Amino acid sequence: MSVVCMHRSAGRLEAALRAGHFVLTAETSPPDAGAAGPVLERAGCLKGIADAVNVTDGAGARAHMSALAAAAILSHHGIEPVLQFTVRDRNRMALQGDLLGAAALGVPNILCLHGDDAKKGDQPETKPVYDIDSRELMRTARRLRDEGLLPSGRPVEPRPGIFIGAADLPVEPKAGWKPDGLLAKIDSGADFVQTQYAFDLPLLRRYLAALADHGIPDRLFILVGVGPLASAKSARWMNEHLFGVHVPEPLIERLERAADPRAEGRRICVEMLQELAEIDGVAGAHLMAPKQEQACAEAIVESGLLGRRRAA
Amino acid sequence: MTNSPLYDPGAPLPTLPGHSSDGRLERVLRSGRFAVTAELNPPDSADPREVYDRALVLSEVCDAINATDASGAHVHMSSVGICSLLTRAGYAVVMQISCRDRNRIAIQGDVLGAAAMGVANILCLTGDGVQTGDQPGAKPVFDLDSTALLETIRTMRDKRQFLSGRKIAVPPRVFIGAAANPFAPPHDYRPLHLAKKVAAGAQFIQTQYCYDVPLLRRFMDKVREQKLHEKVFILVGVGPLASARTAKWMREHVPGVHIPEAVIKRIEGAQNQKQEGKRLCIELIQEISEIEGVAGIHVMAYRQEEYVSEIITESGIMQNRQPRRPAREKIAS
Amino acid sequence: MYAVRLWSVRHSRLMERSYQLLEASLIAIAPLLARIGYPRLEKPFAWTERHLKGLLFDCQMCGQCALSSTGMSCSMNCPKNLRNGPCGGVRANGNCEVKPEMKCVWVAAWEGARHMSGGTAILEVQKPVDHSLKGSSSWLRVVREKTAPPPAAPAKPKAVAS
Repeated sequence: MSVVCMHRSAGRLEAALRAGHFVLTAETSPPDAGAAGPVLERAGCLKGIADAVNVTDGAGARAHMSALAAAAILSHHGIEPVLQFTVRDRNRMALQGDLLGAAALGVPNILCLHGDDAKKGDQPETKPVYDIDSRELMRTARRLRDEGLLPSGRPVEPRPGIFIGAADLPVEPKAGWKPDGLLAKIDSGADFVQTQYAFDLPLLRRYLAALADHGIPDRLFILVGVGPLASAKSARWMNEHLFGVHVPEPLIERLERAADPRAEGRRICVEMLQELAEIDGVAGAHLMAPKQEQACAEAIVESGLLGRRRAA
Repeated sequence: MTNSPLYDPGAPLPTLPGHSSDGRLERVLRSGRFAVTAELNPPDSADPREVYDRALVLSEVCDAINATDASGAHVHMSSVGICSLLTRAGYAVVMQISCRDRNRIAIQGDVLGAAAMGVANILCLTGDGVQTGDQPGAKPVFDLDSTALLETIRTMRDKRQFLSGRKIAVPPRVFIGAAANPFAPPHDYRPLHLAKKVAAGAQFIQTQYCYDVPLLRRFMDKVREQKLHEKVFILVGVGPLASARTAKWMREHVPGVHIPEAVIKRIEGAQNQKQEGKRLCIELIQEISEIEGVAGIHVMAYRQEEYVSEIITESGIMQNRQPRRPAREKIAS
Repeated sequence: MYAVRLWSVRHSRLMERSYQLLEASLIAIAPLLARIGYPRLEKPFAWTERHLKGLLFDCQMCGQCALSSTGMSCSMNCPKNLRNGPCGGVRANGNCEVKPEMKCVWVAAWEGARHMSGGTAILEVQKPVDHSLKGSSSWLRVVREKTAPPPAAPAKPKAVAS
């Protein structure tokens, strides 16, 4: 795919977003294995269905196969990855080395994150690095892309195409609230954001309206986080343990009453996807469900949103 | 290349009994042949073609190619990245992991990633300090040291688990190596330090540049005394000196490189210093290969892959593919 | 202080004996310590350790002291925190690659180990540092571990008549 002049990467995700399509991204975690097969066993079902698939990096502060390797394997098999970079485990030299590696291995999209606290994982004795923060990483990536320079000033030829992402959390916009965090991320180079789960659509609408007041949806592609809930119990767990996540009571009740909670959860997800596609300012949806890539693929297909695309 | 639907990193060799990996380097060493490895210094770019151009030249003259990991603390494409490109094209690689830039979570991840990409050999290094590199402000990590790294990889491979005890579904089949520098102080401790690394899991060693054969002999004497040469394959580092000035610069600026005065004088006195440096390198290779307990050489020449190829060819070391010493049969079993 | 820590390495045997005495004494009064409560003792012990070992060894309070295995030369003073042996970058004069004005911690360690009666400890593989222990008292931890009651033996199944 050739790089159109205002495109920053050669990836399909960016092309779809800039063409105005409602995009659908999903997520996968690298396996605990030293082989390529398990990566595709998990995420292969998303091929041709998700516009791009996030590869998590040391999620839950636990070691897994490196995200870069998993992303390269996906890319090699025709699935476009979004490579997540946490700044917890590597210093700036390793991060820069991995940015260059990602570019060479056909990974056009990155998502820069802080990373879960090492104490939460199964190796709390690990030394946390945090040499640079996620914004510095975004600026580094942007400089590589736009100027072809490493932070040391050394040139890199050819300039890698990178579509830069960050994370976001929809909040209740109280009086006088300004989206400082998002503005700072945009300034640091964010081209798109993927939000944490946003099951509370009315809250999301209020949040987006507040962002619109600051012109943010014009400067940033916003992909809203959703997922197929497995049960009422897991929904309650999320409300309790995931900061900023609020699954509204009516949805939990639906899951409780359902004969097949999993199917109901998927149905809810499909409804949410269809609703999100109608909201102004939402550029796409990001489906997350640990170890349930198949369920996400099914939800995408059932939503019928893929069929709405013009032929690429 | 097969038609396997899965990632096919350049047709790995079938598994042999008693081998930890499915790579060429381990086979060459365990079959008693004198091995040659060379180093590839990654380009300052994100372009795969440059990596392939350099690797092609080296691949014809060595059993495996080392992909360095930000050596000298200069940022380049990460070792996992380079190795992935190379294995994809069928090259045998030694992936270097340095302890300087990543903590144990990232390192364990890289080991699995490397194995998934078809890397059969991993070299465990401490890593140069950040102070001389291009970003002296970088935070040095050193969460693990090279000995702990050796043990970590061995645990992942043999116990099939992470350091935390969590199970690994498919363990990494890798041949584990470490670095040694017999030429830096404390000289007496170096053979004992090597023993520690072997106890922690080192199966092969690549040393720093050798320009002082008597010193190497003294080291190898102590190694043989401890019978370490039967437990680990030692590849001695060599490299051509372009001029007396280069030699002096290296002695001053490259940590741990020891070049005796006599060597510098010899090059200084020559009509064509570069030729003399090459001749010296070839002589060293031939002399070193005769030392009992030395299993191979590791050729390093910063970004001079063509030159490395000439030297290895002219030294004749690759043609000599006979099992050299009966003692090796013990390692092969 | 640099000069003092080099002195300690030169007198590694004395340091070794002193520590053995200290450890034996602490183990002897372990029941009293347990009664006072280890969490309560943490602060005063850590303070004492920081100042005493800080003076003698430039102790960095890693919480898992390995001085007996490193010839009384604290390996946390190594810029690379190497716990098992020197890196390959030691300068010809025995000084550190990263801090050229400083003697390599492991060159010192090797010298110190040779004078100690337990000098072979330097040959043992050391586990990676547990960073969550930073700042805690190593002495207290050692006493606690060495005086911990053995784990209860699992109940033996009744002998089955064959």
